Amino acid sequence: MSALTGRPRGREPRSVLPWLAVPALVVFVGFAVVPLIGVFALSFTTWDGIGSIRPSGLTSWRAVLTDPGLPHALWVTFLVMAVSWIVQTPLSILLGTFLAGRQRYRAVLGVVYFVPLMLSSAAIAIAYEALLDPNFGLGAGLKIQALSQDWLGRPWLAFGVVVFVVSWQFVPFHTLIYQGGVQQIPKSLYEAAQLDGAGRIRQFFDITLPQLKYTVITSSTLMVVGSLTFFDLIFVLTEGGPGDATRVLALDMYKRGFQASLMGPASVIAVILVLVGLALALLLRRLGGRDAGASQLEGA
Amino acid sequence: MALSRRTLLGLAAGVPVSAALAGCGGSSGPGKGGGATYWYLNGQPQEGVRAGAVDAFNKAHPDNEIDDTTFQNDAYKTKIKTAIGAGQAPTVIWGWGGGTLRAYAEADQVEDLTSWFDEHSELRKGLFPSSFGAATVDGRIYAMPCEAVQPIILYYNNRVFERVGVEPPQSWDDIMALVPRFNAKGIAPFALGGQSRWTNMMWLEFLFDRIGGSEVFQAAVEGEKNAWSHPDAIKALTKLQDLVKAGGFVKGFSSITADSNADQALLYTGRAAMMLHGAWSYGIQQTDGGDFVSSGSLGYMTFPPVEGGKGDQSDTVGNPAQYLSISSKASAAQKKTAKDFFATGILQEEEVKKWIGNGSVPIRLGTEKLLAASENADFLQFTYDIASKAKVFVQSWDQALSPTAAETLLDNIVKLFQLSIPPQQFADNLNAVTGA
Repeated sequence: MSALTGRPRGREPRSVLPWLAVPALVVFVGFAVVPLIGVFALSFTTWDGIGSIRPSGLTSWRAVLTDPGLPHALWVTFLVMAVSWIVQTPLSILLGTFLAGRQRYRAVLGVVYFVPLMLSSAAIAIAYEALLDPNFGLGAGLKIQALSQDWLGRPWLAFGVVVFVVSWQFVPFHTLIYQGGVQQIPKSLYEAAQLDGAGRIRQFFDITLPQLKYTVITSSTLMVVGSLTFFDLIFVLTEGGPGDATRVLALDMYKRGFQASLMGPASVIAVILVLVGLALALLLRRLGGRDAGASQLEGA
Repeated sequence: MALSRRTLLGLAAGVPVSAALAGCGGSSGPGKGGGATYWYLNGQPQEGVRAGAVDAFNKAHPDNEIDDTTFQNDAYKTKIKTAIGAGQAPTVIWGWGGGTLRAYAEADQVEDLTSWFDEHSELRKGLFPSSFGAATVDGRIYAMPCEAVQPIILYYNNRVFERVGVEPPQSWDDIMALVPRFNAKGIAPFALGGQSRWTNMMWLEFLFDRIGGSEVFQAAVEGEKNAWSHPDAIKALTKLQDLVKAGGFVKGFSSITADSNADQALLYTGRAAMMLHGAWSYGIQQTDGGDFVSSGSLGYMTFPPVEGGKGDQSDTVGNPAQYLSISSKASAAQKKTAKDFFATGILQEEEVKKWIGNGSVPIRLGTEKLLAASENADFLQFTYDIASKAKVFVQSWDQALSPTAAETLLDNIVKLFQLSIPPQQFADNLNAVTGA
């Protein structure tokens, strides 16, 4: 592990005992590294989940890499990732900045905004599915024509619904991160700006946003890597449908493995998911500059 | 080196792929001694009937009890596969027969019951002959048919037909002629829970059979090359898309799930005129539809013939029965308990009465009198006749095919109904998985 511990942190006391990391390491190895190795090994086999596991070399890899379903699932995954990032980030920053204020009513609103985060994804998906039903849902109930669309039955509408529901669920979480970020910005910066005659908007763009840089990176990493594993919500809401319009990579993996009984190809997709996730996280860290880990304003 | 331990830990938290694939064996694997384990589906009223049979058996066999556990439908499908693969299967495995049973049998995970049935030929003779097809793999019987028969039936709303002034369809052309009549009155011709996928599949099952006969799909099951490009198959697929294009199905059908019973509600509220659905739908309409069934407003018939089609009108599709298999990993004592249960615990008089009571036709022969005495006598007699007189009882396609092929089938059916692929491409996509 010594190569992975990164740069020495200057004045860190040497008395921190390495064995304190052992419990975490055991859990990490047991529940992440070992299964990962297992999945990697399974990707070179043919297994229907019932019979015996037969080694089959690159058959599964060849099957997945030549399947037009893979680029499609990748495309849907990245699209969900990008669009939900674009929707969530500005909203979360604005809400987070707003909620960072000390007034009582903002605290109350903060609690209300927080509600979606406490609901399980499955419950959210079932609720939205019922609300969006074209014949018995919200639109039909209130007799509003514009709301009684075939929401989950048209590819692009269904995609939009997925992004909307994902954002509805996770904006509160990221709002919380940004709220913490904003509250850590030294007051003196704003006081100085006020003396210099900068208005609120000017303060937001010239102080708040630049100071939130590392918070943006933290929040984006969570969003981007998290969106790779969107599964429960989409599974319940659309089951990847209509057709394969909302079939993201994680869902594709599940369907291949547990519904189509193709554990080999499903493992290949799992490996691809891990690689994509690692690559994205590294990329985001790079974007954060060399000292991202040393930031003192960062929330996480 | 920008890769720190923290990054790795963070990623591990963000990518729980491994956790999903690791699965869980569960703790209720092969039990000890003569006590057998039995997993089946929950959900009333069926769950109560199943549990009742187990309780009655346990009372009669206090030394060799059956320990039962229930699961929700979709969860069970995944759980049972994982458990069998991990050698943790229950003694008695509840299932749908067909392609999944074949996978179990080919992996030697379930007991061959052929010779046992030879010894107990009276058991076999007491059940619907059509129920054994899906229990048989390459001529050997691997499961005991049980519970009730569930053919697919064309339901219609009599009130709506009267209001529009039309008669139930006697042929496919009648169906196509009815579509504009209902649409003109703002009534959907057919209710459909299209998001559930298997709901759409029932349409193809009937169209294939009525147009080309049962051989067309049978060829696909048997892995014949290009079975799906058969001219009659293409014709059936084309007719289906014609119906979609004509506006035959309720608006937004792709957003409707069958699990929520929204498709049933469309029929009994009169917002749709007809619906193709399983025999179990009758019970739902009766429970949810107010006086819809008791007032005689629910009509039902078999799927009508298609002009120029080769299929036999007595053919039907659906679930010929449910199936119980015995895990080959169970102990000898457990296997014996399970076989005793099959011989003396399944479809006994009390259970038969309960099935009839909830509007189902149990697969035991000679229940006509009990059926006739029921408050749902007409419907039950109708179902009994379909099931016992069917020349061919086509098993639901997604159960008849292997799980792998079934998944491709269901995906492509949705695309077919959305008109996003033409019939020929549907055939090509399916040929690639069943003819390989």
